[in-house]
Amino acid sequence: MGNESEIRLLGTAASPFVNRVQFALNLKSIKYEYTEEYLARKSELLLKSNPVHKKVPVLLHADKPPICESQIIIEYLDEIQPDLFQLLPSASLDRANCRFWAAYIDNKFFPLYEELRRTTKKAGQEAIKEQMIEATKLLEEAFVKSSNGKAYFGGDQVGYLDVVLGCFVRWIKHVDELNDFNTFDEVRVPELAKWAKNVSSHEALKSVTPGIETLVSFFGLLHIYKPPYQ
Amino acid sequence: MVKEKVVLVNFWSSPFGSRVKIALEEKGIPYEYKEEDLFNKSSFLSTINPVHNKVPVLVHNQKPVCESLNILEYIDETWTDLSPRFLPSDPHQRALARFWADFIDKELYESSKKIYRGIGEEQVIGKNEVLRILKLVEGEIGDKPFFGGDNLGLVDITLIPFYSRFYTWETFGKFSIEEECPNLVAWAKRCLQKESVAKSLPDPIKIYEFILDLNKYFAK
Repeated sequence: MGNESEIRLLGTAASPFVNRVQFALNLKSIKYEYTEEYLARKSELLLKSNPVHKKVPVLLHADKPPICESQIIIEYLDEIQPDLFQLLPSASLDRANCRFWAAYIDNKFFPLYEELRRTTKKAGQEAIKEQMIEATKLLEEAFVKSSNGKAYFGGDQVGYLDVVLGCFVRWIKHVDELNDFNTFDEVRVPELAKWAKNVSSHEALKSVTPGIETLVSFFGLLHIYKPPYQ
Repeated sequence: MVKEKVVLVNFWSSPFGSRVKIALEEKGIPYEYKEEDLFNKSSFLSTINPVHNKVPVLVHNQKPVCESLNILEYIDETWTDLSPRFLPSDPHQRALARFWADFIDKELYESSKKIYRGIGEEQVIGKNEVLRILKLVEGEIGDKPFFGGDNLGLVDITLIPFYSRFYTWETFGKFSIEEECPNLVAWAKRCLQKESVAKSLPDPIKIYEFILDLNKYFAK
């Protein structure tokens, strides 16, 4: 394991889901070849590799069928490289807890940021912000339980939930700035705020976090392809 | 040996709950069944699933596990000496199984609602979305008896509960799933020959009548 050309990742630099996979690959010191996809003109390889969703990230490993969906990719990486930086815990109940919160983050929490980006009416925006406040309250409680006083959801070391949620911190900060909001507010969610700072400065994530120009450019594309609601 | 206490909290019509029933029955895990009234949710449900307040919930030795696919993986990872294993041992095959289960889980239920709760254009959209999903999934069976090979696997258990709803979708949407996806229906009938599936799937007519009642309830 470690042959550079064996693993290839199709992605786009601004996508937090792609950053998530890169975070995991970096933590596990897995070498990979990266191909940047231009989402307004998807490559034949991407369309062939992910015909169902036509999305990034996609992981290609040697000549095996492509693996899609970032959480599934990360579980796969954990299973082929279990000894170096295990992301999911060993006990089945702890794993179930991780998967539960990972599903919550992807299905309930992050979609709020897309909703906010596309909502132009003030009343609608305020309603979404209320939901974000509720959601971060739940995540703060989950963090306190999971971290057991340590820096990360995974304890002393970055774990599965740190990877699943950590990749969103930069994106969320960008949406916050555009909407006069502060998701990881130090007064409202003190532990989560500390965690957000810690995880964003982790070398394995920092090295793949998009810069402001990349984000602004991507948001410009989103504005065209997934415009604000009328 | 510690006496295991397993409780499944569910509502009879939930396809998500049926998944868990099938899984427990397949592995022969003894469990207590608790029916939850979704129109009058108990305080017990809010203590075991405070985040979503939904069924199904598996309570194993007083510890709750929520979200049906999560519960299936939990059962497979906890009772490791009971066959069949729902996920294959090869990591790549596991990733593929999880992909298809996730696809079905994310899209089928929502799209199907458009058929029986939508009108006009929305119904047609729903029907087309459902057929797209079923046809894509049907392509994965190949010449095996089940998605899991010789035994029921994660994808089989994730999808088969929706068979109880085929009659409802076909009646509202005026189409035949067997005509459109003959291999899928053949697969479903093979699943129904398994006792675990036969005793866990609600009757299609009861589902249809329930959906009709629900529509009246939501129309108010």
